[in-house]
Amino acid sequence: MPALWRSTFVLVMVLLAISRPSLASEDTGNGTENTITTLPIVIWKWEEIHFPYLVALWVLVSWLCKLGEFHICTSVEAVIPESGLLICIGWVLGGIIYGADKVQTFRLQPFTFFFYLLPQIVLDAGYSMPNKLFFGNLGAILVYAVIGTCWNAATLGLALWGCWLGGAMGNIDTGLLQLLLFGSLIAAVDPVAVIAVFEEVHVNEVLYILVFGESLLNDGVTVVLFNVFDAFVSLGGAQIDAVEIIKGIISFFVVAVGGSLVGVVFALLISLLTRCTKNIQIIEPGFIFVLGYLSYLTAEMLSLSAILSCTFCGVCCQKYINANMDERSVSTVRSTMKVFANGSETIIFVFLGISAIDPSIWVWNTAFILLTLLFIFVFRFIGVFLLTWILNQYRLVPLDFIDQLVMGYGGLRGAVAYGLVLLLDENKYKEKKLMISTTLIVVYFTVMLQGITMKPLVTWLKVKRAAVSERTLAEKIQNRTFDHMLVAIEDISGQIGDNYMRDKWNNFEEKWLYWLLMTPIARKSCDPIFNIFHKLNIKDATSYVKEGERRGSLAFVRNESKADVDFNKKFGADFSEMMPYIMTENMGPDHVPVSSILRDSVPSVCLDMHEQDLKMRESEDFDAHHLLQQHLYKGRKQHRHRYSRKHLEVNKDEHEVQEIFQRTMRSRLESFKSAKMGVAPPKKISKHLKKDQPQKVREAYTFSSFPLFSEGDSASGCEAAGGSFPMRAYRGAGIVNPAFMAEMDTMDPMPPMQQIPSWLAEAEVDSSNMVPSQRAQLTLPWTPSNLRRLAPLCLSTHSNDSFLLYMVSDCPFVTTPPQPFM
Amino acid sequence: MNLWFSCFLFIIVTPAHIVRLYDRFEALDKEKTGHLRPQDFGAINRLAMNPIGDRIIGAFFSPGQETVDFHSFVRILAHFRPADKKHPKDPSMPEPVNSRTSKLKFAFQLYDQDKDGKISRAELLQVLRSMLEMQVTEEQLESIADRTIQEADLDKDDAISFEEFRKSLEKVNIDHKMSIRFLR
Repeated sequence: MPALWRSTFVLVMVLLAISRPSLASEDTGNGTENTITTLPIVIWKWEEIHFPYLVALWVLVSWLCKLGEFHICTSVEAVIPESGLLICIGWVLGGIIYGADKVQTFRLQPFTFFFYLLPQIVLDAGYSMPNKLFFGNLGAILVYAVIGTCWNAATLGLALWGCWLGGAMGNIDTGLLQLLLFGSLIAAVDPVAVIAVFEEVHVNEVLYILVFGESLLNDGVTVVLFNVFDAFVSLGGAQIDAVEIIKGIISFFVVAVGGSLVGVVFALLISLLTRCTKNIQIIEPGFIFVLGYLSYLTAEMLSLSAILSCTFCGVCCQKYINANMDERSVSTVRSTMKVFANGSETIIFVFLGISAIDPSIWVWNTAFILLTLLFIFVFRFIGVFLLTWILNQYRLVPLDFIDQLVMGYGGLRGAVAYGLVLLLDENKYKEKKLMISTTLIVVYFTVMLQGITMKPLVTWLKVKRAAVSERTLAEKIQNRTFDHMLVAIEDISGQIGDNYMRDKWNNFEEKWLYWLLMTPIARKSCDPIFNIFHKLNIKDATSYVKEGERRGSLAFVRNESKADVDFNKKFGADFSEMMPYIMTENMGPDHVPVSSILRDSVPSVCLDMHEQDLKMRESEDFDAHHLLQQHLYKGRKQHRHRYSRKHLEVNKDEHEVQEIFQRTMRSRLESFKSAKMGVAPPKKISKHLKKDQPQKVREAYTFSSFPLFSEGDSASGCEAAGGSFPMRAYRGAGIVNPAFMAEMDTMDPMPPMQQIPSWLAEAEVDSSNMVPSQRAQLTLPWTPSNLRRLAPLCLSTHSNDSFLLYMVSDCPFVTTPPQPFM
Repeated sequence: MNLWFSCFLFIIVTPAHIVRLYDRFEALDKEKTGHLRPQDFGAINRLAMNPIGDRIIGAFFSPGQETVDFHSFVRILAHFRPADKKHPKDPSMPEPVNSRTSKLKFAFQLYDQDKDGKISRAELLQVLRSMLEMQVTEEQLESIADRTIQEADLDKDDAISFEEFRKSLEKVNIDHKMSIRFLR
């Protein structure tokens, strides 16, 4: 950790050192054009790149601060919340910079905050919002957000005004409207701060969604109030009459509803887009970010509520894009959002700290500040209790007192208030500096003090914590049953309730929205029960493989990396893609039925001792399968599956080729002899034949009338023959099998090209395509089709195939002279 | 309406509810017999579209009975009241109809049609099929059913008893999930 601090310190020094010449050069201007006299090898280009350089450097420093405070957090006992620590580090940094520069060169600009730092936080909040919970409690959330915020703003403004009239604050140049404006911007609960603090506390989900939803949706009110009061201040007190007030109320609806609509429109756009981007999956995630950001900017452009727009964009599109996009894209989007959101949050808090170290903004008015703090607290609690009492008359599950307390206490103010206060015009608001100071104090107070005490308070009050839900299939199914049950009961009892509405919405969604916004594939597989089943299966499969690898069981002891990769691929990729097919696929008769292994092994992955036997049995099955995988020869097509752009795998296994050839030749020999001569099968092919084979075999293929199926790599041995045989390098079929060639003539009138050998016919499952080897411990049964291929052949007398070569050397009975081969 | 019965009803629902439910009962009872038959339930259109609609209807009728009188009607519906947290449980009183256990029993009965006290694989499969029919294949349904039983089945008898059912749902807020707001 000392090393970390040292490096951070060095970075800050670098920042200062760099920024000072930049400021100096800006002062003096850069009019001097240097005429060069000789070729410069290296030039100092600071002026051109200083802006992006500083930005990048600051981002880096902020994120290093996060690393630093994580160290502090773990060494000191995590008392102060992360955000608080970041602010403290910001103070330190601000102090350093101020000390070096005597002026605060870096501070949080409102434009930067609202357009570069806030959107991604809001988008992330919307995208990862638990929708069912959110919409289930939407009524309560809206009540708190709208009525609660208005109440807070009004009471705070009025109370401050009362105190000002009473003279408690001394001589400050302000008025009712200005104080109301100040009240409105400081009343809003801040989403950034709420996320930062509540994320560590883990209260129960209803409480969390209420506070969090409120913090997001109250932006609609805040924006309206801010603009309305700002306009009123500009108009002056005299001009405000009923018309203006009515216009103010109307503007609230327009801004809030309009902002939400913009968000929904963009959500539709995103969903439609992801429906078509199947082929450009590589940049598919990017669209989400760009369109989300555009929704924010569009709403801002139309002076609607940008936060609402971004939130609803995320909330509405999440279901459809998660269904449409590939799993990798989904996880990319999720991770990237978290990076951006977290990064922004860090930068915001660090700069909140840095901006404080600036004497030019500090105007201290004890009464004002203290009164503000007091009123914020008191009115927040009163508001929450009042509204909750009203809501509890209508809610299914009423909020109890403890939850209300936590909700009141969780009304944190944060950077949004600070950004808004910076936007004030100094000419209109003489006391802008006072307001800035007060806002900063309030933010620090809520974030640090309330943040620090939140966790102990929650523990002390025994607030119901979030249930760590290990979602089981049974729960999911049961939830679905409950939903249907409730709808049915509502129907029977003749009431229109939430469930009825929800059911109606689901039907509408299924009927129209799925058809419009989701790809056909996604439509089929988007059912939550099926999804969770699929996820659980994959989890089991991967943990089973990992466990097997870890224990080094027999199946994995053959240490070719291909073995593990194959299984992982088999379970990971194949499973996910072929899951629907594995269960239904009709496996051939002569290989280990994969589905039964998978079906047995998948549900029972656990490490109990009494399950060892089961696992041993399964690993034996795996052994069998693995052995087959390893030792059975793969058909040609097998190798082509592993095509990659980097390298082309060819069947390098010469032995495989030869052995297959030998065996087929031998069996042909036997069958030929037994058919023709009625004698017992001859003795084995002697050794010398084997070594002759590579040479002779290739030369001997002079089937002029038959197309030649030959292996690519056997072409290398064919130069000798030159043009004597039609060497069409077909990569279609597999091993050259003369038995097969001849058969075509006699048995099947099909054209040769279509006569695909059995092992090439289906390439789906490996083991069905193996030609068994002598080395395999398991002997695969010969299917009738195989046998048939090697059945006795009737050769026409004028055939000049290599078969006869063997006859010549081996069997004295053959009288047909070998014809010269061309 | 039989006043004698209504005394019992006061225990399980409030008077306001009784009035509303009675209105509904009369609306459903087209022939004014004072009893409901399955056909009367079938007249509710939306119920026909519900995957488990017929099971719910079946739950209203006690085994062997062809009709439902108002008392049983209210009694079944009372299962869906939110649990009363204020009054402590009096051990001498019978288990209230809307306690967690009673709710779970009701849900259990929906699955266990043959009333043998266990949810067999076939029964589970039937429910799954009716809920997921359009979207997954038969084999997938079977594997889902298998897996569910495997998760919940502790004594390995390939069926889910009431205790296992209850245990598998211990983390779920049953009160929340099985309550209708208007019955508060």
